[in-house]
Amino acid sequence: MLNFTLRRVFNGIVMMVAVSFLAYFLLYIGAGNVARLILGLEATPEQINELNEQLGLNRPFIEQFLTWLSGAVRLDFGASWSMPETVNEVLFPRLGVTLTIVALTTLVAAIIAIVLGTLAAIHGGFVDRIVQFLGLIGFAVPGFLVAFFLVTLFAIQIPIFNAVGYTDFSENPSEWAKSITLPVAALALSALAAVAQQVRGSVTDAINMDYVRTLRARGLSFNRVVYKHVLRNAGGPALSILGVQFVGMLGGSVLVEQIFAIPGLGPYAVSSTAVSDIPAVMGLVVVTALVVIVVNLIIDLLSAALNPKVRLS
Amino acid sequence: MSNTTIKREGLARKVLKNPSGWMSAGFVFAIVLFGVFAPLVSAWDPNEPDVYSVLGGPSAAHWFGTDSAGRDVFTRLAFSTQFSLETAALAVVVALAIGVVGGLIAGYFGGWFDAIASWMTSILMALPGLVVLLAAMAVIGPTMWGAMAIFGVLLSPAYYRLVYTTVRGVRNELYVDAARVSGLSDLRIIARHILGVVRAPIIIQTAIIASIAIAIQSGIEFLGLGDKDTPSWGAMLNDAFRQIYDAPGLLVWPSATIALVTISLVIFANTVRDELERTGPRVKKIKGLGKTAAQLADDAAEVATIVHAAPSRTNDALISVSKLAVGYPNGQGGVKQVVHNVNLTVNRGEVVGLIGESGSGKTQTAFAVLGLLPAGGRVVAGSIVFDGKELVGASAREYDQIRGGRISYIPQEPMSNLDPSFTIGSQLVEPMMKVLGLSKSEAKAKAIALLTRVGIPNPELTMKKYPHEISGGQAQRVLIAGAVSCDPDLIIADEPTTALDVTVQAEVLDLLRDLQKETNTALLMVTHNFGVVADLCDYINVMQEGRILEAGPVLEIFQNAQHPYTQSLLDSILEGGPARGAYIAPKGN
Amino acid sequence: MSLLNIENVEVTYKGKGLKKDFKALKGVSLDIRPGECVGLVGESGSGKTTLGRAVLGLAPVTGGSITLEGREIAHASRAERAELARDIQVVFQDPYSSLNPSMSIEQILTEPMLVRNWSKADANKRVRELLDSVGLPADAAERRPREFSGGQRQRIAIARALALDPKLIVCDEPVSALDLTTQAKVLDLFLEIQERTNVAYLFISHDLAVVRHLSHRVAVMYQGEIVEWGQGEQVTQNPQHPYTKRLMMAAPVPNPVEQTARREERRRMMAAGLI
Repeated sequence: MLNFTLRRVFNGIVMMVAVSFLAYFLLYIGAGNVARLILGLEATPEQINELNEQLGLNRPFIEQFLTWLSGAVRLDFGASWSMPETVNEVLFPRLGVTLTIVALTTLVAAIIAIVLGTLAAIHGGFVDRIVQFLGLIGFAVPGFLVAFFLVTLFAIQIPIFNAVGYTDFSENPSEWAKSITLPVAALALSALAAVAQQVRGSVTDAINMDYVRTLRARGLSFNRVVYKHVLRNAGGPALSILGVQFVGMLGGSVLVEQIFAIPGLGPYAVSSTAVSDIPAVMGLVVVTALVVIVVNLIIDLLSAALNPKVRLS
Repeated sequence: MSNTTIKREGLARKVLKNPSGWMSAGFVFAIVLFGVFAPLVSAWDPNEPDVYSVLGGPSAAHWFGTDSAGRDVFTRLAFSTQFSLETAALAVVVALAIGVVGGLIAGYFGGWFDAIASWMTSILMALPGLVVLLAAMAVIGPTMWGAMAIFGVLLSPAYYRLVYTTVRGVRNELYVDAARVSGLSDLRIIARHILGVVRAPIIIQTAIIASIAIAIQSGIEFLGLGDKDTPSWGAMLNDAFRQIYDAPGLLVWPSATIALVTISLVIFANTVRDELERTGPRVKKIKGLGKTAAQLADDAAEVATIVHAAPSRTNDALISVSKLAVGYPNGQGGVKQVVHNVNLTVNRGEVVGLIGESGSGKTQTAFAVLGLLPAGGRVVAGSIVFDGKELVGASAREYDQIRGGRISYIPQEPMSNLDPSFTIGSQLVEPMMKVLGLSKSEAKAKAIALLTRVGIPNPELTMKKYPHEISGGQAQRVLIAGAVSCDPDLIIADEPTTALDVTVQAEVLDLLRDLQKETNTALLMVTHNFGVVADLCDYINVMQEGRILEAGPVLEIFQNAQHPYTQSLLDSILEGGPARGAYIAPKGN
Repeated sequence: MSLLNIENVEVTYKGKGLKKDFKALKGVSLDIRPGECVGLVGESGSGKTTLGRAVLGLAPVTGGSITLEGREIAHASRAERAELARDIQVVFQDPYSSLNPSMSIEQILTEPMLVRNWSKADANKRVRELLDSVGLPADAAERRPREFSGGQRQRIAIARALALDPKLIVCDEPVSALDLTTQAKVLDLFLEIQERTNVAYLFISHDLAVVRHLSHRVAVMYQGEIVEWGQGEQVTQNPQHPYTKRLMMAAPVPNPVEQTARREERRRMMAAGLI
């Protein structure tokens, strides 16, 4: 297990370096365009040159990358091109908000999905049809449309939740809950649908395994075999889908935060993109990649704890 | 040969016959036409503002009303449809080209390309697509075409993984080996055997990818990062969202269009998948379906079992099965019977064989006795009396009391019958604690003693191992230990040596015989192998097509079989027959 | 003169990553004469299937030589393999995986003819002959594999192998997935075809009785090596090598009286350390 953990951590670090390099490289290739994007079409070549000089874009690529990297490994992403604050000053408080929402959504989606999926697999019937229907809607309807629907319904027609804005938990817990309920619901639907479908499928598969019959032939009751053996074996595939959904939610939160005017990474990503603030964008890419890699690592470790065979691969 | 006539219909035709298939496909097609003919559907200009008709409701001039700049919503929707579909299509085409070609090459040839491509894929999949896309747009600027081309690259792993795993699976099929032996080139093999298999999954995936591309395209336009001058669904959403308090109705048209298109695409994908599974290449043929009325009547007819006299047999029935019938739903509201009128007795301390070929119903009979028929299966008639107690109709709780402690089971396939996630030890200990009421340490001690008894070297270490860490022969010994662990009166063994090598089989048969003698447990041995029967059984029942045709003491059956089927089985035995003889060179060589 | 000569063949599978290389064949030699059936018997992991795949060009030969009528074929290129397809064919174990489920029987049977650019008329005529020769009706040509039973599928696989009148067919456990009565019929078909066409077989099986029934000579494999090789009668009745003896004694005889005797004999031999 220790060996497995070390290997996965090493993989994560390699992947992190690769992502940073690749992202920086691609942004650098495009950087010739950046000064023009910032200055607009009327800019003279002199003005563009001057801006490039100012932003350090005319130094050799490796030199730029190393300068950036030496900061990035300390999680220091330098000065923003579009704001007076440094990238860090804006990025990290916002990261906290986004992570709170996404983590909460993951938790909510996972719990509901496991219960629904298991019931659907074992009892079929009504619950099964709900899971199938949810699966279709959650999979097909983009999260931001769900968000529009929720805003219109719950914040404007029946104003029980806050339509826009975010209150910090430390400021006022009940306002905090009101401000995040709708965003969490909008984000959770598709993840919930996907995970519930997966749980349903893998529980059905696991119930039909030979060892279930053999364990029952040894005198263990159906419920005991399901809760101890079937759920554990079905857990692996469900976890990996949850990991995929987490990545999806991190992306989806950009739109959802924009809609609910939540000061997370989303609006920052949008505004930085609109003004081609490369240091901010690099910071965003690196930080989200780091979050994803850490989450995947946790999921790998959980899967390995559930299923000893995973430890071999 | 199968009695079922299989209509060979194309998949496309079947999907379009299915209501959800043609409705979803039809809707998507209609929307595409709406986009293509955008310039023709309306006389208005999609971009021309009109300050006198801002936020107007639906009217004869403006069917869907006007937006915040007074532009005609219907016209904008048509042009938006054109643009949104075109850019989404670009993403799909890019993803398709990269993913399918890459997946085919990596899957079929493997090697370094596989290693690199798979690594790149895992990097791409580790990143949230929207974040990367925004980063890219910071550099390329507000061009939807560029953004969607990049998004196509980000989506390509979906195709890559699909094609890769399918190709990997097909490549290991023996028919691909046979094609290579026939001298077909790689390209020809891919064209003949592989493209056919990946085609339908690619269609399904394309519908799904298209719905994702549409969602993302609209999302980016909604964020205001696209080209401001081109009408698009997302831009309409953006405009509508700003007016959400004044004119919430404006959100409806773009939202509904997006949602209906994506839902239709996903329904279409699901329909294709369902139809594909329904005609799946490996559908197991269900015997008895498609039989004529006369044949069915024949099925129901009583067939008398030839029963040989068994003077030495005790009359101490531990379990007696009479007139047992097992059936499954036949999909048309009726029941398809797989076991007919089976009578079977196992006396205390006796080894009884149930022999038959595949599909004879021998395993179904065994599962019926255990009360563990697969989903859908049930005892439709007859009785199973175990030690004076009727088991047909017994509750789950009553059965739980009997299984393990009174009747136990040894399966055929050693590996799949051990839970891969638990150690050997815990799988032995858990039932003993429940059935025998032992403490954990008592159960552990007993498990170690049992493992020693069944010939496992180093039982303490084996207790801590997982099933995949031991050999098949060892796993079968563990399962035997489990079956005898709660001192049952009857063990039902379903082909317990079929999956084993012949030398291991001999050891396992020795073990079974010795354990049976030691404890005087009754054994019902389900098998297809006459050697196994000869080695172990006192009495045998010969089964075919759900019926017992002949029954008698083992020696009597071997020496004096009466039923033509039993005779034909015995005649097919090669053991003890003559060898081929010496080679004679063919003439002319 | 021999048709096929296998000399000191080694097959090593490269280990992936940190795993060690696996030597599946450690220098195996045998020969097959025209029209002869050579049985290859062994347990799982003995290397018997690998040897068959090496002859077919499906396993990486890392040493030794395989010659067909004097031509070296161990490292034949794809183009050479296409030529060899006329001489060497195969029947696999699993009658479900060896036929492409989405192709008609006709498409399956004409596959070997594709490479040789047969005319449609010739191919159709040949398909009818082939179906007839393996005892299947002519209308089988338009059907799909799933409409046939295991035994019938195996007949189709045999027909495909016969399509180009090969000199040698590698038969990899062709009857072990079949029921007893079906197995007997398919084995009779193999015998009948050999007597009619003089094709040679490399017949791989784990079942000593099956191999004995069909083979002129028998080789016994154990852990990547041939431990015994000789006349079928001799090897299957009076084996010399302890492993062959163990194999023979382990198979239960389908006769209660004889089996009791064999079991006692086996236990005695094991106690004495003879096997």
